Amino acid sequence: MTLRTFGFNEFGFLLQALQWTIVLTVIALIGGGLLGFAVALARTSRTKAVRIAAGTYIQVIQGIPVLMILFLSYYGLSLAGLELPPLIASGASMTIYASGYLAEIWRGCIQAVPKQQWEASESLAMTRLQQYRYVILPQAVRISLPPTVGFAVQVVKNTSITSIIGFVELARAGQLINNATFQPFRVFIAVAVLYFVVCYPLSQLSRWLERRLHAGSNR
Amino acid sequence: MPEVIVEKVHKSFGALEVLKGVSLSVGRGEVFALIGRSGSGKSTLLRCMNGLEKINSGHVEIAGHTLGGDAKALRSLRTDVGIVFQSYNLFPHLTVGENIMLAPRIVKGIAKAETQKIAREVLQLVGLLEKFDSYPDQLSGGQQQRVAIARSLAMRPKVMLFDEVTSALDPELTEEVLTVMETLARDGMTMILVTHEMAFARRVATKTIFMHKGTIWEEGPSKELFANPQTQELRQFVKSDVK
Repeated sequence: MTLRTFGFNEFGFLLQALQWTIVLTVIALIGGGLLGFAVALARTSRTKAVRIAAGTYIQVIQGIPVLMILFLSYYGLSLAGLELPPLIASGASMTIYASGYLAEIWRGCIQAVPKQQWEASESLAMTRLQQYRYVILPQAVRISLPPTVGFAVQVVKNTSITSIIGFVELARAGQLINNATFQPFRVFIAVAVLYFVVCYPLSQLSRWLERRLHAGSNR
Repeated sequence: MPEVIVEKVHKSFGALEVLKGVSLSVGRGEVFALIGRSGSGKSTLLRCMNGLEKINSGHVEIAGHTLGGDAKALRSLRTDVGIVFQSYNLFPHLTVGENIMLAPRIVKGIAKAETQKIAREVLQLVGLLEKFDSYPDQLSGGQQQRVAIARSLAMRPKVMLFDEVTSALDPELTEEVLTVMETLARDGMTMILVTHEMAFARRVATKTIFMHKGTIWEEGPSKELFANPQTQELRQFVKSDVK
């Protein structure tokens, strides 16, 4: 039996897998963003029952490992007769996971807009919707950029968990190549470097946004 | 027919009764000053008049609207009642012009070109036309407060409420805001102001109300009230304000 060595082809395979990591991250951020935004709004609703429901959702999602969400959607649903392909199961799980955290981050950002902004816009006879649309959200979005980008870094890294159900993203690709080459140091350092290459610029972007935000300009 | 009628208004925050049955009536074009110590209920009374605080009992009519209807009725009331706050509360992400044009456009549905005309007109009135494209954080406190007044005026209110609008300003900037308010008063705007500026209340307010412990303790035409306070509490309050 001959072992392959870790060469260009293998690295190319990692790069391809990296694309899936990115696809999964984008799915998680878009899906989780939409769902999380709705939950964040519900969390700041004036109706108590809605607030509690949204709060419970956030607590549950944050209180269970992503892995369990993943197992539930992959194995659980397949037992129930609904067999999801790994990409769908992974995308759905990461979406749910991201929604729980983004909802909480954004709730904080909405509530970070001073109460007086609500009073001033309310006193100008705006509806609740108009207050959100024209006064509160534009300010909240600005506040939310650094933590949101920072969270994206977590998502990139956490997509590696989907390797467990056989979705071939970067981490899983590393495992496969290691199985064929048995050069774990080379392989996993290459994998780690690829994660870093994606995450580092995001972290820097997050820091830069935060510095800009604290620079005092209100725009 | 008075522009503002407040009848037996009670307001509590939890167990604390802040307003203990307050009644007053303000005629069109009158300027009322509400004075009193911190915690006397004067700001709460003002905030009850445009529904920022819900009253527990009593009756408020203002600019032809009765307080206590649904959300839509409250919005309709608020298009006719402007309020200016101590902390200005301009929208920091919008320019001065946009701050002023926003509500007329989205609340009243006025066309953009027309709102621009209104914005220029009210900015001219507060003497800040050249700041149309500035952002709030580029202005001094006094300028921001004048923009806040202009923003309220752009809604063409029938009554203006002022909640300690100069308390955050140093004396020089206070003066420029008071000057704008005096112009408004002279032009016949119905105004109710919570203020610590006794000299201004005396000079500009047609009537001054001294609030104490959640009630109207003493009231009267401003000049008489300040010249000849009837109660011990007001005498003490006026004396403590010798500037």
